[in-house]
Amino acid sequence: MNDKPIYQRAWFFVLPVLVFVLFSSLIPMMTVVNYSVQDSMGQNNFFWNGAGWFQGLFDPTTDIGGRFAGALVRNLFFSLVVLLIEIPLGIAVALCIPRHGWQVGAVLVAIALPMLIPWNVVGTIWQIFARQDIGLLGAALNGLGIPYNDTQDPLSAWSTIVVMDVWHWTSMVALLCYAGLKAIPDAFYQAARIDGARRWAIFAKIEFPKLRKVLVIAVLLRFMESFMIYTEPMVVTGGGPGEATSFLSLDLVKIALGQVDLGNAAAMSLVYNLITLTLCWIFFTFTTHADQKGDA
Amino acid sequence: MARITLDGIAHAYGRPKTEQDYALKKLDHVWEQGMAYALLGPSGCGKTTLLNIISGLVTPSEGRLLFDERDVTRLPTEQRNIAQVFQFPVIYDTMTVAENLAFPLRNRRVPQPQIDARVAEIAAMLDLTSDLNRRARNLTADAKQKISLGRGLVRSDVSAVLFDEPLTVIDPALKWELRSKLKAVHRALDLLMIYVTHDQIEALTFADRVVVMNDGRAVQIGSPADLFERPEHTFVGYFIGSPGMNFLPAAIEGTTALVDGHRIPLGAAYPTLPGGKIQLGIRPDFALLRRGGGGVPVQVRRIDDLGRRRLAHVTLGSCPLIATVPPDMTLDGSEAAVDLSPAHLHVYVDDHRVEGLAP
Repeated sequence: MNDKPIYQRAWFFVLPVLVFVLFSSLIPMMTVVNYSVQDSMGQNNFFWNGAGWFQGLFDPTTDIGGRFAGALVRNLFFSLVVLLIEIPLGIAVALCIPRHGWQVGAVLVAIALPMLIPWNVVGTIWQIFARQDIGLLGAALNGLGIPYNDTQDPLSAWSTIVVMDVWHWTSMVALLCYAGLKAIPDAFYQAARIDGARRWAIFAKIEFPKLRKVLVIAVLLRFMESFMIYTEPMVVTGGGPGEATSFLSLDLVKIALGQVDLGNAAAMSLVYNLITLTLCWIFFTFTTHADQKGDA
Repeated sequence: MARITLDGIAHAYGRPKTEQDYALKKLDHVWEQGMAYALLGPSGCGKTTLLNIISGLVTPSEGRLLFDERDVTRLPTEQRNIAQVFQFPVIYDTMTVAENLAFPLRNRRVPQPQIDARVAEIAAMLDLTSDLNRRARNLTADAKQKISLGRGLVRSDVSAVLFDEPLTVIDPALKWELRSKLKAVHRALDLLMIYVTHDQIEALTFADRVVVMNDGRAVQIGSPADLFERPEHTFVGYFIGSPGMNFLPAAIEGTTALVDGHRIPLGAAYPTLPGGKIQLGIRPDFALLRRGGGGVPVQVRRIDDLGRRRLAHVTLGSCPLIATVPPDMTLDGSEAAVDLSPAHLHVYVDDHRVEGLAP
C-alpha cells in the first residue's frame, strides 16, 4: 500500500532546529519552572518548595499576592481601555484614508511613522512631552489651568500612558482596517449606491462585516501587546506614582531583577504567560466560533 | 417608468485628444418604456461604460441624458431611480434573503406592508420563497445572483433596470432557466430593461431590440431578425451568427456582382456606388451547396458536421466562403457549386451596407 521509502537518517536534518529551540526556549523555560518550585539561600543551594510560591501568589492577603492581583487588575483595565479607544478610532481613521491617487502613499507613510519609533524612544518622547517645566503637553495643560502632573497624580499618569499607547498603535489598527476596506470590490459600493444605502448603512451592512476577520487580528495583536506593555511606562512613569501604573511586566522585572526574588518571579512569570495564552485562546475560539455560527 | 434619451452622449476616461480616446463615441438613442434591450459587443467595446452612464456611476464627458423630459446627466445615482445588477453577485451577507430584497425599499422609506408584499412577489417570481428567512451567506453563485436580480427588480417605480452581464457566473444549464425567468419578469412588470452581454444568444433571446457595439460605437440597433437578415455593418455580420457572415471582395455592375470573374446575380440594382472597398456579404445559411449544374462553381475544401447541420468550407475563385450543405446531399470530389440567394446578398461599401434599388 504505502511504498514511501522510510529513511530514518533524515531526522538529522531536523537536529539543528531542535538544538536551537532547546537553547532558545526549552532550557530557559525549564529553568523558570525549576525556580518556581524551589527556594534558594544563595550559593546555588536549592531546596524543594513545592507549590509554595504559587500559593502565595494566588493569596491576595500576602504581600506578593496583593501586588500580583493589583498589577493584574491594572493590566486588564489598561488593555480594555486601550482596545476601546484604538479599535473604533482605527476604523474611523481607515475610513478617512483616501483610496486612490497620490495622497494614499503620503497618508499611509504619515500614519505608519509612530510605529517605526522604538519603544524606549516613544517613552522618552512622552516623558519629556509630559514634563511640567519644559514639556509642551505638561506646560501647556498647566498653563491652561488644568492640573496635570504625571509624576504625582495617578490620573495624569494613567492618561499619559493611555494617550501614548493610542498615539503609538492606533496606526496599526488603521492600516489593518484599511487593507480590509481596500479588499472590498467596487461593485459593493456601486450596488449600495443603486440600492440607495446611506453612509451608515454602507458601513454597517458592507464595510463592518467585511472587516470582522481583520478586526479579530487587530484586537488580538493589540491585546497581547498592551497586556505585555513594559518599556513605555517604565520610561515615562517607572510604574508610579506609587503603584498606580506598575503593570505585571514592570512588577515582574522589579521582583526578579530588583529584589532577586527568583521563586516569586518565576511563579509569577509562568502564571502571567498562562493568562496571556488562555485569554488569546478564549478570544480566538470565541470569535471564530461566532463566525461559524453565523454561517449556519 | 420612463423613456430614456441619450442626447449626444460620449465618454472618455481621462482627457481625450483624438476620437480613439473615447471609450464611448457620440451616441443618440431613445430607450422606450417597457422594452427589453440588449447591448451586445465584444469585451472593451464600451457597453458597461454606457450602462454606468445611464445609472449614474459614470458621468459622461459630453452630451445630455434625459429621463422623460428631465435632465439627469449630473444627478447622482441615488436620485435617479434606477436599478442595476452587476456581473458578480453583491450580497449583504449579514442580512437574511428577505432583508436583502427589502434593502432598496427600506432605504427609500417605503412602508413596511408594501415592502413585505413586494418582497413576497419578487421572491415568488425568482423561486426564492423557501429561502427568504435564511441568512444570505454560503449560498451558491446562482442563488446569490438571483438575490442580486431580485434587488434590482424589487422597486416597482424604477425608470429602468440595467443588467451588466448578470449571468456570467451562472452554470450554463441554469443560465437558460434564469434568462427565461428574466424574460417572464419583463413581461410581468412592464419595465424598461437594458441587458449588457457579449453572448449573442443571450442578447437575441432576451431582447426586443439589440444594440450592437464595437470599439465604443453603436454599429446597429435593431430587432434580432434585422441583425440577422440585414446587418448594416460588416462587424454585425461577423459578430452575429455562428459562423459569421461571408464577405467577398467584389465589383458591382447594376444587378450583378463580379467575384473573381464569376458573375453573381443580386436581388437589387446598385446603379451608382460611392467609391471605396466593395464587399458582397451573405450568411452561410443562405449559401446552399449543390452538386453542380447551375449556381456558382466552387472548390470544396472541407465539410464540418455540426450534428444539426453541415457546413462546407469552399473557395469561390480565390475567396474563402462557408456554405450550408443541404440534408442528404453527398459529394464526390471537390467540384461543386453554390446557390447564393439573391434576396440575402448585401453590398457593403467601406463596411457599411448600401441599400439597392428594386430591380
